[in-house]
Amino acid sequence: MSEGKIIQKGVHGVDCEHALCLLYQMMFIRRFEDKSAELYSAMKIRGFLHLYNGEEAVAVGAMQALTPEDAIVATYREHGQALARGISAGAIMAEMYGKQEGCSRGRGGSMHLFDAKTRFYGGNAIVGCGLPVAVGLALADKMQGKKSVTCCLFGDGAVAEGEFHESLNLAALWNLPVLFFCENNLYAMGTALKYSQSVTDLSKKVESYDVASSSVDGMDVLAVEAAVKKAVEFVRSGKGPYFLEFRTYRFRAHSMFDPQLYRTKEEVEEWKKRDPIDTFIHRLKDQGLINDTDIKELEEKAEAEINEAVVFAEAGTWEPVEDLTRFVYSERREV
Amino acid sequence: MNGEPQEVLKTTYREAVREAIRDAMRRDERVFLMGEDVGRYGGCFAVSKGLLEEFGPERIRDTPLSESTFVGAGIGAALGGMRPIVEIMTVNFSLLAADQILNTAATYLHMSGGLFNVPLVIRMATGGGKQLAAQHSHSLEGWFAHIPGIKVLTPATLEDARGMLWTALEDPDPVLIFENSTLYNMEGELPVDAGAVDINHARVCRQGNDITIITYGASLFKVLDAADILEKNGICAEVIDLRTLRPLDDATYLSSVAKTHRALIVDEGWRSGSISAEISARIMEGAFYELDCPVERICSAEVPMPYAKHLEQAALPQTETIVTTVKRMVGTNG
Ligand SMILES: Cc1ncc(C[n+]2csc(CCOP(=O)(O)OP(=O)(O)O)c2C)c(N)n1
Ligand SMILES: [Mg+2]
Repeated sequence: MSEGKIIQKGVHGVDCEHALCLLYQMMFIRRFEDKSAELYSAMKIRGFLHLYNGEEAVAVGAMQALTPEDAIVATYREHGQALARGISAGAIMAEMYGKQEGCSRGRGGSMHLFDAKTRFYGGNAIVGCGLPVAVGLALADKMQGKKSVTCCLFGDGAVAEGEFHESLNLAALWNLPVLFFCENNLYAMGTALKYSQSVTDLSKKVESYDVASSSVDGMDVLAVEAAVKKAVEFVRSGKGPYFLEFRTYRFRAHSMFDPQLYRTKEEVEEWKKRDPIDTFIHRLKDQGLINDTDIKELEEKAEAEINEAVVFAEAGTWEPVEDLTRFVYSERREV
Repeated sequence: MNGEPQEVLKTTYREAVREAIRDAMRRDERVFLMGEDVGRYGGCFAVSKGLLEEFGPERIRDTPLSESTFVGAGIGAALGGMRPIVEIMTVNFSLLAADQILNTAATYLHMSGGLFNVPLVIRMATGGGKQLAAQHSHSLEGWFAHIPGIKVLTPATLEDARGMLWTALEDPDPVLIFENSTLYNMEGELPVDAGAVDINHARVCRQGNDITIITYGASLFKVLDAADILEKNGICAEVIDLRTLRPLDDATYLSSVAKTHRALIVDEGWRSGSISAEISARIMEGAFYELDCPVERICSAEVPMPYAKHLEQAALPQTETIVTTVKRMVGTNG
């Protein structure tokens, strides 16, 4: 997704330009997700589809402080992270179409977006399985004397897995540069945090591993960005891992097969008052940095770019069935 | 060989594995070893004894009891440009890491459409015979051989114990190496310049015309003993060490069966759904009309491994059973 620089008029200063860039990215992700849902209903996209509506501020804020050398390990709810990291919307859309122009050649789908250029290591759909991989990536960087950090995103549900505890312990024990980013949207499918954790204050859990931590309002992109910046500085300076909890909420169903019996409409509506995009727009408007025309322009730009992505996906090609068993083992041998 | 007498060293299977690790660590600074008790303790089977002193704690890493996470970390480190050797104490504990092996290591290349290969080596001990009972004695390498995306090696000989590791490390994809723990004390000789070996082919260890006995791992030696006894009875068995369970080298055993017209598979795994079942099926598919009698199998009895020695020995494939089975097979249809 390109950056929202089209509305420079009436905007002063770098901060403003940056704020608009954040806004545009969040709007883009929201529109991309809505489009994905439409395309799911149209049967263009199949399989499991987990949308990120409501959580946009987390991915967008989190990616700001990372450099191209840093690594990302994400979950199956990762369209937003992939877009914010700079993977093209076309490649992601084509992936969800199952086309070979997709970022994983159509072999991964929505849950398994991968990209080498941005060091995006999935798209992982076994809850918790990305944490050990992130620990290993960080170990490799550290052993090779690199300054990179590894950013591992996971949900509140993953905190109940053994791998969460094993990975926090190991990363702390070996002082590894891992950012453990927990997207706490209060639910793991239909199980509210309070029904799965004896202690719902997640920071307390990592205290016992001596891992530095904090919690931040995941509906506020600037707060996310600031918290992440601090966390990245901490980790990059060699002080070991950092656990950051983003308090957020998922506006849509868990996946496309979820009648949401486990929560009330009122609860969802209550959280929607804190919509990360709406509240940010209000803030920018209050400061006189943006008006309705600007917003309309941003929306149109996102719409146009996403339509292009859809055109790209539609025009994509199917990998020949003769290639079915490729990529089980490497085709090149390297030493 | 060029006819010159080769200089040889007396060694053990354990030392051969250790030498393989040491050699790899010296050759490639990306290689490191991690696992439970590989460092200060010296390895639960003393394989890595002395390596901590030689290479230091950065490269000989003691891990916590977190199989899933240190295997996953091995995957991450491999993705990040290192060449980790992960040691899991025994295959029994690998089940705590089965998710990472199957769902991550074996899938990443494919799921990413060819972007991310995982050059990881995982070593672990396997097998029974030491009265360690039902949670420490199983042979699950055949299970792992079910999984596309990984390779499964079962070194039985000193040459393979010494030589398979480096070849595995050069492989761009995940390789699992199963070391039968009853072999660690096995003594023998190795050329002083022993090194990397091929991992793509089975080996005919003994030539014969009357029957093909296909096996791997520690059972190889029971089969070779049986072949000696059978020879005295006028039966000449061809013995094949599979060496690699995935991918299977079909050509070697199929061409042997085409010559001997009989096949027996000896496998320390359980019989149902085993690698021996797979090989039997492939013989039906690839050499059915060559057969003079049905393919037979000798596997472990279908019980969790018992502790009592006589029961454990009764559960494992044994030389005597191999001898009587072969006599019957050859006798039925000659
Ligand atoms: C190991 C494992 N168990 C169960 C599942 C099925 N599952 C998929 S998503 C999910 C909930 C995860 O919740 P959370 O980690 O909070 O992430 P969120 O979906 O809220 O983003 C479950 C149980 C799975 N994919 N992996
Ligand atoms: Mg959740």
